[in-house]
Amino acid sequence: MSGDNKFLGLIYLSPFIIGLLVFTALPFLASLYLSFTNYNLMNEPVFTGLQNYIRLFTNDRTFRKSLWVTLIYVFTTVPLKLVFALFMAVILNYKLKFINVFRTAYYVPSILGGSIAIAVLWRYIFADVGLVNMGLALIGFEPVNWFGDPTNALFTITLLRLWQFGSAMVIFLAALQSIDKTLYEAASIDGAGKWTSFVYITLPLITPVIFFNLIMQMVQAFQEFNGPYIITQGGPLKSTYLLPIYIYDEAFKRFDMGYASAIAWVLFLIIMALTLIAFWSSRHWVYYAGDKRS
Amino acid sequence: MTDHILSQNTPAARDIDIVRSRETRRHRFNAALRYALLTAVGLLMLYPLIWLVGASFKTNSEIFSNPGFWPENPTLDGYIKGWKTSTPYSFGTFFFNTMWIVIPKVIGTAISCTAVAYGFARFDFPFKKVLFSALIATLLLPNVVTRIPQYLIFRDLGWLDSYLPLWVPSALAGDAFFVFMLVQFLRAIPRDMEEAARVDGATTWQTLIFIVVPLLMPALISVCLFQFMWTMNDFLGPLIYISSVDKYPISLALKLSIDTTEAFEWNRVLAMSVLSLAPALAVFFLAQKYFIDGISSGGIKG
Repeated sequence: MSGDNKFLGLIYLSPFIIGLLVFTALPFLASLYLSFTNYNLMNEPVFTGLQNYIRLFTNDRTFRKSLWVTLIYVFTTVPLKLVFALFMAVILNYKLKFINVFRTAYYVPSILGGSIAIAVLWRYIFADVGLVNMGLALIGFEPVNWFGDPTNALFTITLLRLWQFGSAMVIFLAALQSIDKTLYEAASIDGAGKWTSFVYITLPLITPVIFFNLIMQMVQAFQEFNGPYIITQGGPLKSTYLLPIYIYDEAFKRFDMGYASAIAWVLFLIIMALTLIAFWSSRHWVYYAGDKRS
Repeated sequence: MTDHILSQNTPAARDIDIVRSRETRRHRFNAALRYALLTAVGLLMLYPLIWLVGASFKTNSEIFSNPGFWPENPTLDGYIKGWKTSTPYSFGTFFFNTMWIVIPKVIGTAISCTAVAYGFARFDFPFKKVLFSALIATLLLPNVVTRIPQYLIFRDLGWLDSYLPLWVPSALAGDAFFVFMLVQFLRAIPRDMEEAARVDGATTWQTLIFIVVPLLMPALISVCLFQFMWTMNDFLGPLIYISSVDKYPISLALKLSIDTTEAFEWNRVLAMSVLSLAPALAVFFLAQKYFIDGISSGGIKG
């Protein structure tokens, strides 16, 4: 069906091509250019060379703090979420009655996702006199200062995102269900226990999906905004002031578009570097069964 | 293997029986353990939401003294006063605004992503590989890089404080995830029917509309549901582009309500949170299969 017109496919693609050029490619390059300028929306952008970047790395304690907080957030949230999602997927993969009820229930928090109502709810649940502290009091624990204490605040945001492990779990579950059961039977005849089967059969076979979830969750975590913006406003003591909030404040509150673009580019380069490392390392640990790529 | 065991002498066979009954007992124990774990995690997952619903009927003082679900003195106060909001507009206005953002966006997404996915899955053309790589790259590209220039483009177009910045990129297949999902789905559908239609003289447009779209329906429903949900939940988009309160969607209205009623009107905020989650929850429970199929087919075949 492609024979009649070589360019017919491109006509179907035209919305995508226009969108790609106007709303992705052009802004991508423009943001790189802006990062070398001083631009406050009023006057024309003034080219200032590396000045924004120099200021970022030598003279901006907020940036250093924000970068540090972002890295801690991503490197705790993503692995915890993946491990938990995989653990729950393994349990939900057994044939039990009402299993679909559980699968659905676990997915509900994820589907409500980054909604403001959920962030608001979280703020009340973890308030000083909120639900969690009331629960702790019932079992005889001291109340915890979840948001007021800089050492806990980021962790409480992490808990919110761990609560939403559902979409990673659903993807794991689909992968687990596509594994050929005879592999496990063969292994158990050879005397392999559950744990051995999991490590030597399940894990290698789902590495493509672990990789997919890793990349997706990482790119998402680096861009976390709603949770800390609503729940803690980046505080206390900037302990939840993730880079996307800093970028938003610089761009849309202080209208320092050039500086905000420079921070955005640093964030982008970090995400890209980590993505490339993941892709590069995937050659060594991601296993594609047969000729998967068609 | 069974034959081999049966040919053994009786004491061994008795051992087998013992092992078997031990196995059944272990299976039962394992099942009980799993149910216990599943229920415990399930409660952790759902209790915050259940509590939210109960709390929305409590008085302000009771919200922070009663961790249970049932309100001691149930009151509709939160709903009545919360609905009025602290602005000249009722929550109904914000609901209407949200729908006015969501519905055009979903329609634009469905149409544009279907056409683009069809183009990718069924045609050969110059630069196909490059364009598909670009699609994957957009999937991975953090929005944070393009946000500022996009804002400047919309400002120059005079579209600030309108819904156009929220609609237009989606109508141009801007949500790469959906295109990707539909391409994966189309690749799994055999082309026989489309080829038969083409032999009978149908144009590619007719083939798309009368044959591909019906086959694609389950995936397309997933796309629409996800876009519905994500747009309902979107906060940053409206935060950047919408400045007049009368155009606020629910997400901005809720943010406004926690800013203005800080520290005393909790039940209003929680009641409006319940209302803002209600459409999403209703849609999810009516169509949960499509969500689960959509997310797993989007992710697994990558």
